[in-house]
Amino acid sequence: MLKNLCQKMFGRSLWVYHANSGGCNGCDIEVLNVLTPYYDVERFGIKLVGSPRHADVMLCQGPAMRSTAQSLKRAYEAMPAPKLVFAIGSCACGGGIWFDSYSVLGPVEKILPVSYYIPGCPPRPEAIIYGVAVALGLADKKTAPVVFKQLEFPIPQYHPGDLRGDGGMVVYEKLEKI
Amino acid sequence: MSILSKLEETLICLKAGRVTLPYPTHAEPLPDKFRGRPIFDATKCIGCAGCANNCPAREILVYDVCQEVRVLQYLGRRCTYCGRCADVCPEKAITMSLEFENATNRIGDLGQKLEVFMSTCQRCGRCFKGAAALDELKMKGYRSDDLESERWIYRAHAFLEAEPAVADIEIELD
Repeated sequence: MLKNLCQKMFGRSLWVYHANSGGCNGCDIEVLNVLTPYYDVERFGIKLVGSPRHADVMLCQGPAMRSTAQSLKRAYEAMPAPKLVFAIGSCACGGGIWFDSYSVLGPVEKILPVSYYIPGCPPRPEAIIYGVAVALGLADKKTAPVVFKQLEFPIPQYHPGDLRGDGGMVVYEKLEKI
Repeated sequence: MSILSKLEETLICLKAGRVTLPYPTHAEPLPDKFRGRPIFDATKCIGCAGCANNCPAREILVYDVCQEVRVLQYLGRRCTYCGRCADVCPEKAITMSLEFENATNRIGDLGQKLEVFMSTCQRCGRCFKGAAALDELKMKGYRSDDLESERWIYRAHAFLEAEPAVADIEIELD
């Protein structure tokens, strides 16, 4: 019974490893803020561990840099098999402001398979907790892609090559909207 | 001495009370001037691409798919929510919302894509859009039917045959 209770209580407890591959420390501070008693994330069984061999989740901050990409990949490979990668901050999600500079390879997903993205520069501690809650199944994700389309083109377009002279009248052969 | 200091510590800890925020169940109010992710309003956008020019992360892409339609694509990946696009937008089509709970498992969820209908100048061929909605209505038949000089021909009354652009408005005809 105690075992069942423990599984129920701690079955979803994640041990996180905190990997900064060249960020500006902004996201680091927010992640550490999440672990403080104020935003106490240990309620959900989340614990910071020092070694990737103990970790279930890797929290990536900062873009994949030329100098740290190899180390990041090695740390990822050292993690035991059911593993998640969280990309925290706009650098890890998309490469950051300096995404096209020499030393930045790009987003973290160029090197690791990222399972959850938490955008923001830096994301609020609440946003990080929300991302963890989405991963744990406590909350539903709120974002969806927005596409505004012109349903039909207001003006049809014809090409003069498709015009055929018919007496004094002009007939459109291919009445095709773009 | 050490016992006293421990007692003092205990007192301090008792005085602090409970500080943990009950975040996922109950959200605290956001601070003033908080900027979340930008929301693009397609009805106000004139396709001037000022936001794309001012974005420090080169996050907003503007391209023309054809002569009339300009596509404004916001990727949402490396946006730092700096608010420069909302600052520079002449039509106030971009608002910095209060949304920060944007965690997702697909990065494509963060994107926004607008297709803006643009009229083209008869002389230079460049896209433009009127200042007001009435100007836009005036522009839609604005093309000459001179076959020799024009490569593209537009028929103005074709607009009436199509479905209304805005679904809410129903025009009753006898």
